[in-house]
Amino acid sequence: MPINYYIFLSIALFVIGIIGVLTRRNAIIIFMCIELMLNAVNLMLVAFSKMHHLAKMATDASAGIDGQLFVFFIMVVAAAEVSVGLAIIVMMYRNIHSVDVNFLNRLKH
Amino acid sequence: MKNVLEIVWLIPFLPLLGFLINGLGRKALSKSLISVVGCGVVFVSFIVSIWVFIQVKNGNTHVANYFDFISVASLKVPFAFQIDQLSAIFLLIITGVGFLIHVYSTSYMHEESKEHFGRYFSYLNLFIFSMLLLVMGANYIIMFLGWEGVGLCSYLLIGYWFKNTEYNKAANKAFVMNRIGDLGFLIAIFWIISKIGNTNFSDVFANASSFTSGDITAITLLLFVGATGKSAQIPLYTWLPDAMAGPTPVSALIHAATMVTAGIYMIARSNALYSLSELSQNVVAIVGLATAILGATIALKQNDIKKVLAYSTISQLGYMFLALGVGAYSAGVFHVMTHAFFKALLFLAAGSVIHAIGGEQDIRKMGGLNKLKITSLTFFIGCIAIAGVPPFSGFFSKDAILLAAFEHNKILYAVALFGAMLTAYYMFRLFVITFTGKFRGTEEQEHHIHESPAPMTIVLVILAILSIIGGIIGIPDVLMKGGDDLTTFLSPVIPVKTAETTSSSTELLLMALSTVLVLIAIVLAWFRFRRPSFSESKGIGKLLANKWYVDEIYDAIIVKPLYKLGETLNEALEKSGIDALVNGIGKAVQYGGRQLRWLQSGQVGSYVLLMVVSMVLFFVLQFFLRK
Repeated sequence: MPINYYIFLSIALFVIGIIGVLTRRNAIIIFMCIELMLNAVNLMLVAFSKMHHLAKMATDASAGIDGQLFVFFIMVVAAAEVSVGLAIIVMMYRNIHSVDVNFLNRLKH
Repeated sequence: MKNVLEIVWLIPFLPLLGFLINGLGRKALSKSLISVVGCGVVFVSFIVSIWVFIQVKNGNTHVANYFDFISVASLKVPFAFQIDQLSAIFLLIITGVGFLIHVYSTSYMHEESKEHFGRYFSYLNLFIFSMLLLVMGANYIIMFLGWEGVGLCSYLLIGYWFKNTEYNKAANKAFVMNRIGDLGFLIAIFWIISKIGNTNFSDVFANASSFTSGDITAITLLLFVGATGKSAQIPLYTWLPDAMAGPTPVSALIHAATMVTAGIYMIARSNALYSLSELSQNVVAIVGLATAILGATIALKQNDIKKVLAYSTISQLGYMFLALGVGAYSAGVFHVMTHAFFKALLFLAAGSVIHAIGGEQDIRKMGGLNKLKITSLTFFIGCIAIAGVPPFSGFFSKDAILLAAFEHNKILYAVALFGAMLTAYYMFRLFVITFTGKFRGTEEQEHHIHESPAPMTIVLVILAILSIIGGIIGIPDVLMKGGDDLTTFLSPVIPVKTAETTSSSTELLLMALSTVLVLIAIVLAWFRFRRPSFSESKGIGKLLANKWYVDEIYDAIIVKPLYKLGETLNEALEKSGIDALVNGIGKAVQYGGRQLRWLQSGQVGSYVLLMVVSMVLFFVLQFFLRK
């Protein structure tokens, strides 16, 4: 499968994520959009890694699969982020009985 | 073996020590302890000075090098003391008369509180220290250190009663006037350094002939500018009368032993340079003589006992400069010495008078004070000495100056002689008004009149004796062969002029002439002021009473325009320029802050939007601008 497909899919996912973050006010949906962006990047990394790894193996026997390994790191970080982020959202809901981020502008004062 | 004179550092060090002890411990020490320390250190310095003098008299002169004071590239300024005939004489005058004034002060200032008493004595010691540094320095830089030191100390002491605004102004005036002169001195030093590479007296005088005539004239004139500031000559003399604001012993110290003699010393020390420039010598002589006459004329009409003495100091300093200007350096130094005796005496006696009648200084409210036996007698001796009646000390020194002036130029001589008459006249005016006749003060003051305590009168007596006999070290040849010890003594530093142009009969005639004129002036003054009337003077008298309006003229042409300039600059540059700029920056930042505040909306969405927009922007920049 040509790499282009992966790139277009990845960009589409990323842009959906951005637009989601920008337009939605619900914290949980924003959160999901962030995950979407992360995974768009993961998809890109895996695709490129797969493509270049084969080509690289021809000349360098020790060429690794760094791109794919990197994805795991991102997943771990994302998992940690989710745990913290969801905790924040839970606290937020307990305090203001809403998950609307626009209510949460008190840092300004 | 090391020269025994290496130890001369003790002489200035002791007063410095006294300054530190009294200055730092003024709250802890008792008054008597302060007096003992203050007088003691100067006395020990005096003893050492006598020892040094004897060494020098036996032909032992020395330049003591201690350490490098400044060492930059090729410029080396050693911290060195030069002990020779000239500095030895000055050491004796400074520490000797200085010591007497210290002793006198212990009694005169006794009513001050402990703290101020200590402050006073620490300043006094610092003053002596600076002056010693000035005369002992072996180069112009060390001399300048002392030079600045005495300027500072005079400021501190004139403004000693710092709660009085007038006194503070007088102190400021003295300081500013001195600074103007100092600038001249400083430029002269730089000039010398640029030409010779260092300022050691030995090098400068040895290379004196290598200067071009333009350089030498400029340097000597600049040095003279320094001297006019310190030694109160036209045009920078106006600070000296105002310096009377300080306590009376301080006036004595400034006028007799220290400070004002600094200029004389400096020129006498630089005689090798001055002898090379006829123009500078003429300037010195003419300025000196003009100052002598100006001071004497003003003194005729002053009614403050200390002011009269102050103008008389200015006048006498003028004579010294006249002597220096006509090349009679040793006569100038001689007059410094005798003047130190009788002027210290006069000031201290005046202090005794002021003390006796409770702080009154106006001679119109005095009179009949001859009941103060010792004070009036010693004051009388001082008057005779300063007037120049033989055989008192002033006669010999003034005669030496007059003779030198006569040999140089007859007109200078005539004017100087007229000045000598004026001196006798105003001094006896002062004496007659103050001490004879009836007391004109209040009843209460009359009741209060009393002779001063022993420390003051003893000092007066000692100074009176010195004023009487001080002249014997400089008796001219014509009266006693080989009697002019001072000139002989100073000859290694100040070359003696060999060509005698005046015959002894002329010399005797001149002496007789000046004596007769002085006596006439005394008699005139005696009868004129026997029954003084103090009507408002008119015409020339008013001019003199107002000191030729010199202060007013300075005020009008220098002080006022400067204030005006200051005000204008304050309006134009300060308020609308610098202030506007500074305030403008502040306002701009505040305004900017207010505008930028809207960005910090607290809306998460807008932050994220901004973030994304900026990222996109960076990408765009990255892609399109890199090419």
